[in-house]
Amino acid sequence: MENLRYELSATKPAGGTRAVGLVGVVASGNLEVLLERGEAPDRCVIEIATPAHGFAALWQAVTADFAARMAAGGLRITVNDGGARPDTVALRLAQGVRLMEKPE
Amino acid sequence: MTSPSPTRHSWYEESARGRLAHLLDPGSFTEFLGPERREFSPHLGLFNLPHQLDDGVIVGDGRLGGRPVLAAAQEGRFMGGAIGEVHGAKLTGLLHAARQLKRDVVILFDTGGVRLQEANAGELAISEIIRATLEARAEGVRVVGLLGGRAGCYGGGSLIAGCCSALVISEQGRLSVSGPEVIETNKGVEEFDSRDRALVWRTMGGKHRYLIGGVDLFVDDDVAAFRAGAVAALNRPATLDHTVLAAEQARLERRLARFGDTADGTEVWARLGVADPAGVPNLDTGAFLTIATSKREGADAAR
Amino acid sequence: MRPADILSSLFPAGHQVTEAGGLLTGSGRLDPQTTVEVVGISGKTYPGVDEALALAGRILSIADRPDAAPLLFLVNSGSQRMSRRDELMGLSETLAHLAKALWRADQAGHRTIGLLYGGSAAGAFIATALACGSLVALPGAWPEVMDLPSMARVTKLSLDVLTEKAAGTPVFAPGLDNLFATGAIAEIWDPARPLCDQLKALLAATRDDDGRAGWGLERGGRVKAAAIAREVQRLALAHG
Repeated sequence: MENLRYELSATKPAGGTRAVGLVGVVASGNLEVLLERGEAPDRCVIEIATPAHGFAALWQAVTADFAARMAAGGLRITVNDGGARPDTVALRLAQGVRLMEKPE
Repeated sequence: MTSPSPTRHSWYEESARGRLAHLLDPGSFTEFLGPERREFSPHLGLFNLPHQLDDGVIVGDGRLGGRPVLAAAQEGRFMGGAIGEVHGAKLTGLLHAARQLKRDVVILFDTGGVRLQEANAGELAISEIIRATLEARAEGVRVVGLLGGRAGCYGGGSLIAGCCSALVISEQGRLSVSGPEVIETNKGVEEFDSRDRALVWRTMGGKHRYLIGGVDLFVDDDVAAFRAGAVAALNRPATLDHTVLAAEQARLERRLARFGDTADGTEVWARLGVADPAGVPNLDTGAFLTIATSKREGADAAR
Repeated sequence: MRPADILSSLFPAGHQVTEAGGLLTGSGRLDPQTTVEVVGISGKTYPGVDEALALAGRILSIADRPDAAPLLFLVNSGSQRMSRRDELMGLSETLAHLAKALWRADQAGHRTIGLLYGGSAAGAFIATALACGSLVALPGAWPEVMDLPSMARVTKLSLDVLTEKAAGTPVFAPGLDNLFATGAIAEIWDPARPLCDQLKALLAATRDDDGRAGWGLERGGRVKAAAIAREVQRLALAHG
């Protein structure tokens, strides 16, 4: 397994008050994303475990784009990847942020 | 197959978490050892396989029609819902609690059986779950199984199901010890052609299991239907004593005597008195239940 | 050890156990006062619905007897029989019924002791050996979930790779040592000592709740299960 960690500048703090959010499933072409709070409001930490080695540059790009576009500040995000394509990763991250904004 | 009604919400297509959310009373579910606890499999890394934070099963408590229940839902899309060390232990602990609390249990099965990468741990977990289920039932606890997920209910999972006090199945559900591919690999394609989907369903699918008395309730592939089925199943007795087991021995012996020389599900259904056995797979739920109710073998107070 | 030798060593005061269709049935005497009922699967038979039902019926009739004779289940089987007919007839129900019958015998005062002397695999293992209240084994027994070549095929790994991984963990590969380390087996008996004495000692020891997860932790083969189960139970009790 390859383990990656990105500490990103977040443009906006994450909304909502939900403490924990989970989207997705670890399956072929899919991924699980766990979202928790506790980072500084202008930072977002994303930790990834993936069975596909050598794609760090791709993960870097997807996560940086995510942190720039979405209100992800303060979130600690844990990703367990089942071999998903970048657009699926982006989708799940976005779904995660929206879930965190919803009332419990 | 029936065309979907506009309000039908497929159980088969739903995630484990989605099924739980729709099965139980809104907002009533509390998860135990959720993903944020990070209790995942310590064994998958050896195989360069990703883990899932809940190890493929969600356990907790909630209410179903106002009745407090303990609940577990297997995620069939993670490693085929297969049972590993942590997954199995979550179920074992839940059933121990059920006995102590005298609280009924609903298990949403969706499993291919033992997870091979952790085979010995999975196998043992299944034995522990079976023992804990029987001990809970001895206290009058109902342990209800819902079968309708994409991975089916195979291998050791099917043995756990066989220890439940009542089972609810949809047409999509499958219940079998050895799966189609395993039978074919071991015994050849003439014994079982695993690519013959119709054969799979005639042998181990929901309609056959309902007709032969292997399950108690047959419902639409619909979360609301499963909810109603679960409520009905929870109202059935759970006693497990000499009388129930003697009755189960008798009905299984009768089944073998009556159908043991048949070669196919359609022959079984013909002997049950179904007028058009070949047409059974095409019947929608309503039409199927109309026929099945009077012709099927039952298992009341004998499971 | 072969069945005849096992039975002689178990029952110096005499036994009458017959075999028919791969199933053993009978009884033996540990001493003039102590009768033990015997059932079993021999000859690497693959139990299907017929065998499972026959065994369950015998076990339930023993369970109904008012005495407290222990029940010894000798095991040398394959996996469950893999066939269209057995699944059509509801093998999962029948194997579950067999497990229930063994549990019932225990409940009714007849301690169930599994003695694994040969093979046992998959669903048959769960419904027989593992369904006994206590499970012991003789050296040379071969319990497994699935043989390694089949596992290699299903997991799409080479047999060499799988064998190499198996050297580092007892959690998946077949064999008595692995199933002992993960907590399945209470004791591995010594064939050089009378089996009678070892069975008497086992029967004299008090039976606790399912201790197998605890053994898995002590022996290092299954180190998370006990704690996870306990934690879920604790949370349920605290919440409910």
